[in-house]
Amino acid sequence: MQVPAQFDYEVAGSVDEAISLLQQHGPESRLLAGGHSLIPMMKLRLAFPEVLIDIHELDGELRYVREEGGALRVGALARHRDLLESPVVQGRYTLLADAEKFIADPLVRNMGTVGGSFAQADPSEDLPAAFIALGADVVIRGPQGERTVAVEDLYVGPFETVMEPDEILLETRVPRAPDGSAYIKVERRAGDYASAAVGVAVWMSGEEIEEARIGMCGVGPTTLEAREAGEVLNGQRPHAELYRRAGEAASQECDPSDDARGTPEYKRDLVRVLVGRAMERAVGRARDTGSPSAAGR
Amino acid sequence: MRIQVNVNGEPREANVEPRLLLVHFIRDTLGLTGTHWACDTSNCGACTVHLDGEPVKSCTVLAVRANGHDVTTIEGVYSGTELSLVQQGFREEHGLQCGFCTPGMIMTATALLERTPRPTEDEIREAISGNLCRCTGYQSIIKAIEWAAKQGAPTQVEVMP
Repeated sequence: MQVPAQFDYEVAGSVDEAISLLQQHGPESRLLAGGHSLIPMMKLRLAFPEVLIDIHELDGELRYVREEGGALRVGALARHRDLLESPVVQGRYTLLADAEKFIADPLVRNMGTVGGSFAQADPSEDLPAAFIALGADVVIRGPQGERTVAVEDLYVGPFETVMEPDEILLETRVPRAPDGSAYIKVERRAGDYASAAVGVAVWMSGEEIEEARIGMCGVGPTTLEAREAGEVLNGQRPHAELYRRAGEAASQECDPSDDARGTPEYKRDLVRVLVGRAMERAVGRARDTGSPSAAGR
Repeated sequence: MRIQVNVNGEPREANVEPRLLLVHFIRDTLGLTGTHWACDTSNCGACTVHLDGEPVKSCTVLAVRANGHDVTTIEGVYSGTELSLVQQGFREEHGLQCGFCTPGMIMTATALLERTPRPTEDEIREAISGNLCRCTGYQSIIKAIEWAAKQGAPTQVEVMP
């Protein structure tokens, strides 16, 4: 039987109370949201916080998925299911729905939260890679107030973020919807973490790719942005040879390790291929929906 | 810590350690052993119960998290005199062999039919993808859920008196 080590348990009634509880209990305290990464780690004694501060009563403040003034805002306590089932997400941020279908199973998606998948900082977590492609920021609040961090700058290493011990992640914001996007993952069995996964988002200007952004997970010590691969694509007309060059660039930018999910060579090869496939799908979707910028030309 | 959980419509109180998992609270503290406990890693779904109406894996939820909330277990699906439609479906279509996964399957299927009364086969397959069965090959489980869906509503969980 797997049993977590002993801990004290607090329930926060508001975001501000959660922050003051974090201050009060210090760096060995942890926030508990859906618990579907933290509790398994505690059961395996890979994590042993002294105090858990449960924030599940903060749904009223932090559980939402909505578009406001052209920006997508996802509250930290939005469940994976909320994101997957959101009509806004399905319509305009398609790669998030693509990614969600790969995450665990529907029962886990009922409990697991979007904020948790960021703050956990597992380098194999899907959502941060998808949100990197979207150019998203996260909003963090602590005793000193709020700050905003780009998702690609959130991580400093495996399971480690730039967040202070007394800070809480409130929201993820996507400033502008892409014209097309796609997320593709290779996993060894259904619901597993990625051997490699790639998310891309494209903003088109007529037939040209105005901007392409690429996020990758499972292929480095943190979730990664394939910046050079994006540079290869920006300002170009889409074609197979271009995708191949972008895939080559991305496969050089990642830094996969050797584990049960594959060798570094294999994972690099996956990245190379998945970038091309995801680009084809994202650009295809942009054309299908007839992006406003394309219609203007 | 003192908690009160509304289990199958009945308020249940107990003093528990914060680290006690919901599955053990249900099985050991309350003695409701219909909920099964197996992989302990949120993979297999044998421990599926409803928390505030949604199916969740109770091996990965703290009992204290359910304080003040509603939990429904397989015992709450049976009215005391009559099997639920989903249970009848599993009987009619031989939706079980060894029966170990069955309580979890039924909890997941019940939640599915409450939300989607006439699911497609794909929707059923997706819904039960977090519940593992090593006997049936799933085909008869899918038929069992289809059988229950064909009998139509009501499929809601009945609460024991």
